[in-house]
Amino acid sequence: MLHLDRLAVQQGGFSLRADFKIAAGDRVAVIGPSGGGKSSLLNAIAGFLAPRVGQVLWNGQPMPDHPGERPLSILFQDHNLFPHLTVLDNVAIGLRPDMRLLVSQKAQALAALDQVGLSDKATAYPRDLSGGQQGRAGLARVLLRQRPLLLLDEPFAALGPALKDEMLEITRQIVQQAGVTTLMVTHDPQDAMSFAEYAILVADGHADAPAPIGPLFHEPPVALQAYLGRRAP
Amino acid sequence: MILAHVFFNLPLVTRLLLQAWMAIPAERFRVAESLSAAPWAYFRLIEGPMLRSTVPGAFLLVFLLCLTSFVVALAVGGGPRGTTIELAIYQAFRLDFDLGKAASLALVQFLICGTVSLLAFLVPLPQTNGLGLDRVLQRLDGWRHRLWDGFWISIAAAFLVLPLGAVLFRGLRHLLELPPQILAASVTSLTIAIISTALCLAMALSLSLAFARRGALARSLAEATGILGLASSPLVVGTGLFVLIFPYAQPMAFALPITASVNAMMALPFALRVLMPAVQETYGDYLHLRMSLGMGRWIWAKRILGPRLRRPIGFSAGLAAALSMGDLGVIALFADPDLQTLPLMLYRLMGAYRMDQAAATAVVLVVQSLFLFWMFDRGGRRHAAFG
Repeated sequence: MLHLDRLAVQQGGFSLRADFKIAAGDRVAVIGPSGGGKSSLLNAIAGFLAPRVGQVLWNGQPMPDHPGERPLSILFQDHNLFPHLTVLDNVAIGLRPDMRLLVSQKAQALAALDQVGLSDKATAYPRDLSGGQQGRAGLARVLLRQRPLLLLDEPFAALGPALKDEMLEITRQIVQQAGVTTLMVTHDPQDAMSFAEYAILVADGHADAPAPIGPLFHEPPVALQAYLGRRAP
Repeated sequence: MILAHVFFNLPLVTRLLLQAWMAIPAERFRVAESLSAAPWAYFRLIEGPMLRSTVPGAFLLVFLLCLTSFVVALAVGGGPRGTTIELAIYQAFRLDFDLGKAASLALVQFLICGTVSLLAFLVPLPQTNGLGLDRVLQRLDGWRHRLWDGFWISIAAAFLVLPLGAVLFRGLRHLLELPPQILAASVTSLTIAIISTALCLAMALSLSLAFARRGALARSLAEATGILGLASSPLVVGTGLFVLIFPYAQPMAFALPITASVNAMMALPFALRVLMPAVQETYGDYLHLRMSLGMGRWIWAKRILGPRLRRPIGFSAGLAAALSMGDLGVIALFADPDLQTLPLMLYRLMGAYRMDQAAATAVVLVVQSLFLFWMFDRGGRRHAAFG
């Protein structure tokens, strides 16, 4: 269980407050206007942003300070892959950041690539991959790391609608199978509906507690109405 | 003498302006095109603001370089009308051996250059150009434009190529008449160049790494360190070192290490200009990924920073080496008659009116400088074809 305990973070002149729990295995969409604090929320959970007040707990324990030691994986909007490393190396650093791979670990990395349908691209470089394939490579790393929490900071935002749907579906299958708790930042209500069970509305420096996504969109509160306009799904 | 300075600085300014031009997002041109802007509107909308932010900086840089210029004055001038402070320092040293006079001249020189650099520092830094998506630029100007461009480019090229060509042509014919000392001089020059390149890279890399991740203030501090290298001309630093060493030891004995380190300092601002943005970009793009993966410092340096920085490191190494190869500054102060670098030998041959051999030495010098630059720059590009 992820618990944001009376959390407040500050970035420049901007501050964000959050105080809620997310049950293990839940898929949660993070929605809200630009500049409302969605990325700050993820950065705080990932450990890039130290809390001013409060703390981030995982299963009742405070998370370690260092982002690399937290029980989570994160996929950014871009720069998830190092351009000068092969796809296999890019995936394997999820397991061995010191890049000294054992034979068994190499096999694990190849298996993860196989699972996302990239087994023939192991020796290729990111520049040889399409946008969707780059997303899959990122997912393979997430698979390999086997961390119980996944943060998605709009990693598929640059993809076309069909490809994005496909990636969301693959991601959903993977996290569902492994029981990974997932927070996904998105701008698209449709994406949120198809991927997540719950949604967190982040607006004006405040992150609401997660609410079941269907009812939330059917009878949106004022702040969400303003964000959605007439595009409620 | 003025012509010679134009000759030296033209390529540099071209490079600076070209960079600024290339930094204009292609999207801007498309907007202007879609508004079917007239040429003067083009200029006012796009190129005017760019030039306003670039030209003062370039102007000051050239001003600074000319202020500290020494070699041209040494070779061409000499009379009271054709002297520079830098040359006066040299003359106070070598001809009068008046250390006090040399030191006070050095102080004057440092004050002037320091003031100009301060000015350069106050000139607003070029602003970022807003968002662009690296599209390739297509300009839709007419053929008449192109013709004019071609005309001006040929004039500038002729201005640069003709003197160089004349020297090379003459030198090639007399290449075999070179005295045997050319070998020793080459070895000395190459040794100095390689040591000073290593020193320069070490300084530039540590400065970039130390400052790139901190705020804008720290970055301008690092740049100021680099500019200090410009403000204090080779001879000023040389004079200072000479005055420091003289009471204790024979300064001539330190000619090599001193030349190498002063040359490294002279190349530092250029290396910083190249390396700093690259380091910053790598950190900006991948710092979060590195942290979330828990990647250690050593692996980060070896597998990520190293490969990402290879190209800029190669380029700045080439630059530093070429600058050091051609330098005739401190070495002129410190060298005893036995010690020769290629530029020093060139100068001495010219002083003896043996122009044919001087031209031949110039050929050797140019070839070796180009070779060093090419080797370093190439080394940076190899294996580094990755995006």
